[in-house]
Amino acid sequence: MTVLLEIKEVSAGYNGLKALFGVSIQVNAGEAVAVIGPNGAGKTTLLRVISRLVAATEGSLVMEGLSYADLPAHEILALGIAHVPEGRRLFPRLTVLENLRLGAYITSARGQYEDRLAFVYSLFPRLRDRASQLTGTMSGGEQQMCAIGRALMSKPKLLLLDEPSAGLAPVMVQSMFEMIRQIRDAGFTVLIVEQNIQQVLKLVDRAYLLEAGQIRRCGGAAELLQSSEIRQAYLGVS
Amino acid sequence: MQIFDIFLLEAVINGLMLGGLLALLALGLNLIFGVIEVVWICYAELIMVSMYSIWWLFKVIGVPLPIAMTGGLVFGCVIGYALHRFIIRPVLSAEPINQLLVTGGVLFFLQAAATVVFGIEYKNIGVNLPSLNIGEISLSWSRIIGFIVSIAAIAATYLFLNRTFLGTAIRAISQDRQVMPLIGVNAEKIYLLTSAVGGAMAALAACLLVLQYDLHPAVGLTFGPILFVICVLGGLGNLIGGFIAAFILAQIISIGGYFLQGEWGYVIAFGFFIVAMFVRPQGLFKR
Amino acid sequence: MIKKIGWLLLVILGTLPLLGLGSYPMHLLIVALLWSYIYTSWSIMGRLGLVSFGHSAFIGVGAYSVVMMWNLFGWSPWVGALVGIAVSLVIAFLIGWPCFRFKIVGNYFAMVTLALSEIVRLVIVAMREQTGGSLGMTPKAAVAEGSSYSILALQFSNKIVWFYVVMGFWLLGLFIWHKVDRSMSRLALEAIAEDEEAASSIGINISRTKMAITLLSALMTCIGGILYAQYQLYVNPQTVASLTVSLQIVFGAIAGGMFVMLGPTVGALLLLFLSESLRIVLGSQSQGVDQLIYGALLILFIIYMPKGILGTLLARFDQKPVRVHTSPTS
Repeated sequence: MTVLLEIKEVSAGYNGLKALFGVSIQVNAGEAVAVIGPNGAGKTTLLRVISRLVAATEGSLVMEGLSYADLPAHEILALGIAHVPEGRRLFPRLTVLENLRLGAYITSARGQYEDRLAFVYSLFPRLRDRASQLTGTMSGGEQQMCAIGRALMSKPKLLLLDEPSAGLAPVMVQSMFEMIRQIRDAGFTVLIVEQNIQQVLKLVDRAYLLEAGQIRRCGGAAELLQSSEIRQAYLGVS
Repeated sequence: MQIFDIFLLEAVINGLMLGGLLALLALGLNLIFGVIEVVWICYAELIMVSMYSIWWLFKVIGVPLPIAMTGGLVFGCVIGYALHRFIIRPVLSAEPINQLLVTGGVLFFLQAAATVVFGIEYKNIGVNLPSLNIGEISLSWSRIIGFIVSIAAIAATYLFLNRTFLGTAIRAISQDRQVMPLIGVNAEKIYLLTSAVGGAMAALAACLLVLQYDLHPAVGLTFGPILFVICVLGGLGNLIGGFIAAFILAQIISIGGYFLQGEWGYVIAFGFFIVAMFVRPQGLFKR
Repeated sequence: MIKKIGWLLLVILGTLPLLGLGSYPMHLLIVALLWSYIYTSWSIMGRLGLVSFGHSAFIGVGAYSVVMMWNLFGWSPWVGALVGIAVSLVIAFLIGWPCFRFKIVGNYFAMVTLALSEIVRLVIVAMREQTGGSLGMTPKAAVAEGSSYSILALQFSNKIVWFYVVMGFWLLGLFIWHKVDRSMSRLALEAIAEDEEAASSIGINISRTKMAITLLSALMTCIGGILYAQYQLYVNPQTVASLTVSLQIVFGAIAGGMFVMLGPTVGALLLLFLSESLRIVLGSQSQGVDQLIYGALLILFIIYMPKGILGTLLARFDQKPVRVHTSPTS
């Protein structure tokens, strides 16, 4: 098991308010790892620290043995970390194809643009059908597909997914997690932040429980799913 | 009535050619605004100093005109780049008003600099292109060339924005700025590049204008105000809207100037603009 | 303490003309006060985020109205003033209404007002039959033999009279500035400047307030143009209705500090000082150099000292509750 991403004792905050306190997580190559926890726990902040959108005030960020805590945000993709942000954040007045193309913007990806596009289309055939549609006019589920597709265009070593099921109709949620399973089976390493604990724990190998900016628990997904503490607090099961 | 119609037609054609030139300028201004969200109030003055640079290279240094024009284009790029890097960037995070005021200061500065360095006498590069005569209509070749080059430049820009990676990124940045780093795009680099391109467009317009008009430090005032009116009419940042608005207003200026005296064309165009603003203040076209 | 010094300075100012100063120093004082008044008029809009790059349009309208009405129709400048004011108000309304009604401010407003001042200048030049075009116009002398003034024609050759007239308006301008500042609660001003939605939820009719301030500023500036024309007894498009003048107004108000009552006055003094010094040092070559410096300074001020000279100084001394709001340019 090679360690891909290693976050150690990371603290971060916004506007003087701290959101993360000494958080440490690790992701190994080929794994699917989840970060679960209540609203406002700092899950999104954690992903943003990993992708350097937010600066960590303390701690180390190491990817494939390389410390990258000083890299500017726009150089993270070249490291192999692709972040699909909360709310999809596609470019509404660009087509599906243009959004996907931008996923391959970095120089290392441009050369394989055609191949990558074919790959994404094979994973998400719907996107090929809608290639010339403006993404602003698509449904939430389709947008999420496109957003993930865009991230995959750079063939990332680590895929960060921020609440992929948020705002989706229940029917879509199922297929969303199916898609993520497919991605994971295709060999991608995935770090997912999710509120839908039930579904995500069925999908991933391991999970971290983040509450109020600190890691409370971590362990195998199945084990966490069975733990009474989790079941009571989050799944409403006594 | 026959002669009346012919000269009106000539005015319409001249208006068309003016429209092409104004459309090119509007494209530059809208591009900058779309990408960086700053209005370069001094845009017309960038054209003016580029015109002077061409004049200087050609008349003072004695370089052949095509080389002088190339020099002008390079000069425009550099000025655009420098404008963003040293003057706009420091105030990008401040209130938008500051950006307006700072470019207003540049306008002031450039006009005064041209006055001090070159004086207020009218200058001309002295190249007089012949006119094309079709029947009773006389169209100056410099304007025809200006029109063709403008349209070509606009077409090239369109292709660039739609067919290349960089062009697509430029279109994207105005839709969602914060996501750009996640795609590996350095927003600052895009800003600098766009600024250089905007400066180059102004310089291109300068190359065309220097064939048609005399040079004077205040020549920017001939284009600046009407350019702003065009961009507001077309919707600030709306590339297509600006294109169309340029032709509409150019026609009004040309035809208005034909029926009344020269300056009144501009006044009528402005009046049209005011009316349009009452009817549709967001600009004639949605973004 | 500051207040007491202020009143003292005012009294000194008021008695200056009686000291028998020469004609030129008196001229400088008058011009200083007049432009201070105009800059102050601009700044009641500017500080709300309504940055006008075309205020010289109103000066031009005021100046040319009185001169034209007098020369062409024999109408006393008192009447001509009304014409000028009416035209200014109409223009301000036409420009302002779409911008404010539909909440397009900032960029649009600046661009449109910039076009405005050029259009006014163009109109003046285009009407060259009536206005003398770029060569300018002089009101016909109305002063009878042996007399030094004509109230009907609003012409006074005695500078002392002009001094007090202009000083009166300057004080009036400051008073209006003060009133505008106070009559609306500070919160409302802030809200209008930065956040339209919040302000409208407080039930303030934003557009009406902005329009009122615009009309007021236009009116005041127009009067400045009227005074200018009657004092100088010569107008031409370059000196009253050009973009250069508009930009100088902006520069002056910003350099002095437009969030402080006396800021624009300080700015006017600064400009005058600079242009006079340059004239002395460079002689006739000073044309353009003063504007070069203004332009450079405006840029530097915005980047490094957006509160202006007086504003920054006052903030440093922390005197009266300085506007600590996040308004435009702070």
